[in-house]
Order: sequence, then structure tokens, then C-alpha cells
Amino acid sequence: MTPAMSYQLTVGDTSLILAQRLGEWIGHAPALEEDLALANIALDLLGQARYLLSHAAQLQGSGSEDDLAFLRDPQDFLNLSLVEQPNGDFGQTIVRQFLVDAWQLELFERLQQSSEPKLAELAAKAIKETRYHFRFSSGWVVRLGDGTEESHRRVQTALDALWRFTHEMFVASPAEQEAAALGIAPDPASLAADWSRRIDEVLKEATLKRPADVAYAWHGKRGQHSEHLSRLLAEMQFMQRTYPGAQW
Amino acid sequence: MVAASSVEREIWRLLADVPDPEIPILNVIELGVVRYVRDEHERGIAVGVSPTYTGCPATEVIQASIKARLQQAGFETVRVDSVLAPPWTSDWLTDSAREKLREYGIAPPAESVDSPRRLWSEPTVRCPRCSSQHSERVSEFASTPCKALYRCTSCLEPFEYFKCI
Repeated sequence: MTPAMSYQLTVGDTSLILAQRLGEWIGHAPALEEDLALANIALDLLGQARYLLSHAAQLQGSGSEDDLAFLRDPQDFLNLSLVEQPNGDFGQTIVRQFLVDAWQLELFERLQQSSEPKLAELAAKAIKETRYHFRFSSGWVVRLGDGTEESHRRVQTALDALWRFTHEMFVASPAEQEAAALGIAPDPASLAADWSRRIDEVLKEATLKRPADVAYAWHGKRGQHSEHLSRLLAEMQFMQRTYPGAQW
Repeated sequence: MVAASSVEREIWRLLADVPDPEIPILNVIELGVVRYVRDEHERGIAVGVSPTYTGCPATEVIQASIKARLQQAGFETVRVDSVLAPPWTSDWLTDSAREKLREYGIAPPAESVDSPRRLWSEPTVRCPRCSSQHSERVSEFASTPCKALYRCTSCLEPFEYFKCI
């Protein structure tokens, strides 16, 4: 696998797995508007994933976006560990979204200068959608954090539980190191300060407490996942695994 | 820019028959998604189409409808290219599209994407029914990726707003 291909899978798998998680909310969100919002965000993420996976398949010279999505095993997925974490309650889903949206904003901002034209094109398109996602998720973080005693408690609990997955965003995987050296992607560490500033602004308004940073980085980007990914894939891949090549 | 050939002009005319599957009062030209039409002679016709949103499910339907319309008109070999850069923007909706949206009950984008005011304030979204400037946003997202949900605080009707992006 070339560095360009692994890198596109890192970004594309993160969008794909998060889209699948958000899809679990369809028909279950607290209100119709939120149901539509989560489904719309999932759709944008799925669009990004399709674009990146189909390009990764082209670089590979065989297979398709569908093969990459539906026929890879968990250890071949290179997504951030954060996005495979279960939805929990609405507050936890929102916190996860908020942390990822802020990261994608910084990433897509920089990827527009990628030496890989396909990535630069996608970043220019996706950042416009991500701004809407961030406005939605950060708006809800403030509403819940600065809301009732219960909503504050729930969203702070979610933040405390998910914070340990954020360090991975800024520690380069081998694929990211190579991509950065080739000018394909930014060094992940260079996103940290701006991400942090963005997060802090919202947490302050939401009256939430930023958890202490942890030194340990999860390794989803290296293919080492939590148990949750294999269950998610079991559901997502069931149809193609059971009926190979099945079409609607 | 090369002047459009008569074949290319014919294709543009035919594309005006292809509706957006989600907002069928608009055709794909009014929506601003057709980027180019090229007569590649023995290699057939190439049409460049941009997605409005990366994941918009209408994209594939639009591509298939364009092919079908051109083939029906006798153009056998048609290729539809997906063009991502520069990204589609709601600024490319034509004036007639904005008027049609309003008549249909969807508020068109309130201002240009490049407007500096967008950084500081929420746009004033006029109710497409009573034209009141008093409206409030119910949700950033609605029935399709390109729209948001609003409510008019004068006539109290809910309505959809075509987002600036």
C-alpha cells in the first residue's frame, strides 16, 4: 500500500465509520429535526468516504470503493478510534461529533494545500459542509452544557469518557508520517493548537470542564481497534459478506 | 473559451429538460451543477456535473437522467464526469431558479457566499409565503442536504430555506 493510499483510508475510514454510527440514530433521535440533522451529517460523511475510498481503490489498481468498505477486516480499517465508540445517549453522540468536527475543520483547511490533487479537491468541498456540522454540534454542546443540571452532567460525563481518544488525532501514524513527508498531508501534531483553541472556546461557553490530557494514544489509525469496530462492521458488512456481489 | 458548437448548444437545450430529482421545479442548469458540455466527436458527448453536497443521493440520479435524456435525443455515446473542483456553491443558482424556488415555497439563499456579513450575523431569511422578514431557524438541516428548516414568526408557517454554501 502506498502512503497516499493509506492516508486516504485514514481520512476516508474515519468519515465512513462515523457515518455508520450516526446512521444508527435514524428513527431514534430525540426530535425529528435532530434525526434529520444526524442523517444529513452522516450523508456528507458518507460522500467524503466514497470519494476517498474510490480513489484509494484506483491507487490500489484493483477493486472498488464497495470492496474496501464491505470486504475489509477490522484490522485493515485505519479510522480514528474515537469514531467507532458507541453512540451512548444523545449527549455522547454530540460530544463525539463536536470533537471530530473541530478536527476535520483543521484538517480540511490544511489539506486544501495537499500535493495530491484529489485530496485538495475533496478538502475544498468538504470544509464547507464541515462548517455546518460544527455549527450544529458546538451549538448543542453549549445548549446541553449550559442547560439543565441533568443535561450538563450527561454531556460532561460524555466529554470525560471520550477525551482519552482525542490524543490519537495528533500523534502521527506511519501512514501520516509518510504522507506528511511527501506533502500529501499536514503533520497531525500541527493541528493540535488550533483544535484546542476551538474546543476551549465552546467548552467555556458551555460551562464544561476540559478533562486532563492523557499521554496514551489509541491506535485505530494503525489498525488496532477497540472491540466496538468489529461489531459495527458485522452489521455494516453483513449483506455483502453473506451475499457477495448482491445488488439492489 | 472555445465557442460552443451547434451540437453543444443543442445539448445545453436538452439539459434544460432534466429536472433535479429532489426539487423538480428546477432543472440541472438552473441548479448550477452543469460545468461543461463537450462534443468529443467520435468519442461522443462529455458532460461535467458537480455534486451540490458530497453525499447528495440526487447526484447519481442526475447523472443517469442526463444520459437518458441525451440518448433519447439520439446521442448514443454520453459520458458524465463528476467535477469536484471548484466546489459547487449556492451562488451558482440562476436568477430564474431563485424565483422558482420562492414560488414553490422554498426560500432561496439569502445572500452570496462571499458576503462579509455572513461572518458576523445570521442572514435575514424572508418567508416565501408572506414575504415577512421575521423568521427563525428551526434546524440547520432538513429533508435534503441543501436545505434548512425555518419558521415564519409573522404568518407562523414553517418553510424550507435553501442554504448558502
